[in-house]
Amino acid sequence: MTALGDLVRWLTDPVNWQGPHGIPVRVFEHIELSAISVLVALLIAMPIALYLGHTGRAGFIAINVANVGRALPSLALLAFGLVIAISLGLGLGFWPTVFALVPLAIPPILTNAYVAVREVDRDIVEAARGMGLSEGQILKAIEVPLGLPLMLAGIRTAAVNVVATATLGALVAGGALGRFIVDGLALQEYDQLMAGALLVALLAVATEVSFAALERATVPAGMRAIR
Amino acid sequence: MKRGNKLIGALVAVAVVASACGGAGSGGSTGGTATATATATTVARPDVIVGSTNFYEQITLGELYSQILEANGYKVTRKFNLGNREIVEPAIESGQIDVDAEYLATLLAFVDKDGKVAKPTTDPKETQTGLQKALDPKSLTVLDFAQATDQNGFVVTQATASSKNVKKLSDLAPIGNTLVLGGPPECPQRPFCALGLKNTYGITFKDFRPLDTGGPLTIAALDGKQIDVGLLFTSDPSIVAKNFVLLDDDKHLQLADNIAPVVRNALLQKDDGTLKRLLNSISAKLSQAELNDMNKQVAVDKADSKVVAAAWLKKQGLIK
Repeated sequence: MTALGDLVRWLTDPVNWQGPHGIPVRVFEHIELSAISVLVALLIAMPIALYLGHTGRAGFIAINVANVGRALPSLALLAFGLVIAISLGLGLGFWPTVFALVPLAIPPILTNAYVAVREVDRDIVEAARGMGLSEGQILKAIEVPLGLPLMLAGIRTAAVNVVATATLGALVAGGALGRFIVDGLALQEYDQLMAGALLVALLAVATEVSFAALERATVPAGMRAIR
Repeated sequence: MKRGNKLIGALVAVAVVASACGGAGSGGSTGGTATATATATTVARPDVIVGSTNFYEQITLGELYSQILEANGYKVTRKFNLGNREIVEPAIESGQIDVDAEYLATLLAFVDKDGKVAKPTTDPKETQTGLQKALDPKSLTVLDFAQATDQNGFVVTQATASSKNVKKLSDLAPIGNTLVLGGPPECPQRPFCALGLKNTYGITFKDFRPLDTGGPLTIAALDGKQIDVGLLFTSDPSIVAKNFVLLDDDKHLQLADNIAPVVRNALLQKDDGTLKRLLNSISAKLSQAELNDMNKQVAVDKADSKVVAAAWLKKQGLIK
């Protein structure tokens, strides 16, 4: 009970909401870090997934290679990213963490987008081809809209994973909400540690909810009943 | 890193003790309780087992001790890399090793955890006296300490040092509000880190960046100019390798972790005093710059500590 009291006291202390190390700044850093990581993962995974899904080639291999990303420990990637970032002069914190988070985000995005395109009814695709649509048009007008719910579900999974894991950044001198957890542990200030964990959990839930809303808003009207 | 945490832990423990109880008296007698047993018949040198804990500096120091003894006719067995102090200290107490290199303040805090006998201070002489008192019941003797230390140190880059003209910590007081300090996350609240800099030197920094305890993050952040002042250990090889400037602790904030040999009394009793003289001759020459240079050769250049130690002993004229 005292722990809960400490937690509430820490979260309601105005000092923790101000300045360059306050909660709003840390939340912003966390969102920025997560968004960039997911964006980089999208830029890498989407073209590959759409191409492979559309052509139906080598999908099995691509998905399995991407799945290796799930097996790589994020902590090891972080350490590796740190070495690379230092040698490239990118500094500590932000970029090493992005390097660790991108491989975590790629597998769900790639797998879902590939399956989404693949699973579109082949009769529809054939009909479109018969009507004279180009391959690009088929992808853009048929396969992507019809596969959108599944694709967005993949991005949502990736984003939630990334938000929860972005806390690692504090280990390499990054900002974001992991700072509260790492510093709380170092200082044995468990109120700060718990507050950090709670804020990360809340942010992950918020990510989940906003992606659900985004899915509802972007999925074509005719698709909604199917979900 | 492991060592770093331990050192910080020990320092913190000391700080807690220091604030908890008053002064324990520190008496006079230093060093060798039994060295006057030299007779003309003890020409045969006793065999010596030199031990060390598990990081490069300790192995180099072990080599220094071993090689100077070997050069003077002792038969030396090396038992290096035994583990941390939790392993090595009981080993010397029980006679599994005879000699090792220790750090005054940290060893005192280790053998006298609640500070009943003596508390480490910022003065090496005083700390050594206290340490000897704590070692007496264990039949161990601490010999002369070197100028070289392995303790918290604050460093700046060569560029910062020359552009802002800083050589010692007190130089930071007027310009602290333009500088960013980097160190372990707990630094702002630790008496031997930012809190001590504020209280002892009156330095308030513009900002603090949480990094690691004298590890790669701090070095990279200094190198990449993300911080201006960083906390490293005074014998960190990167100080030489990266040409950092170790700021002089001119108001004595840090506890005296000077390096000194610790020897079993049983060994000193078997010896004619030569061993003591030889080990003390190393301490007399072991400055911070000399130690850091050797650490850099071993840890950064990956030179063999045996070779580095031999070269240093020759350079100092301690062996031929």
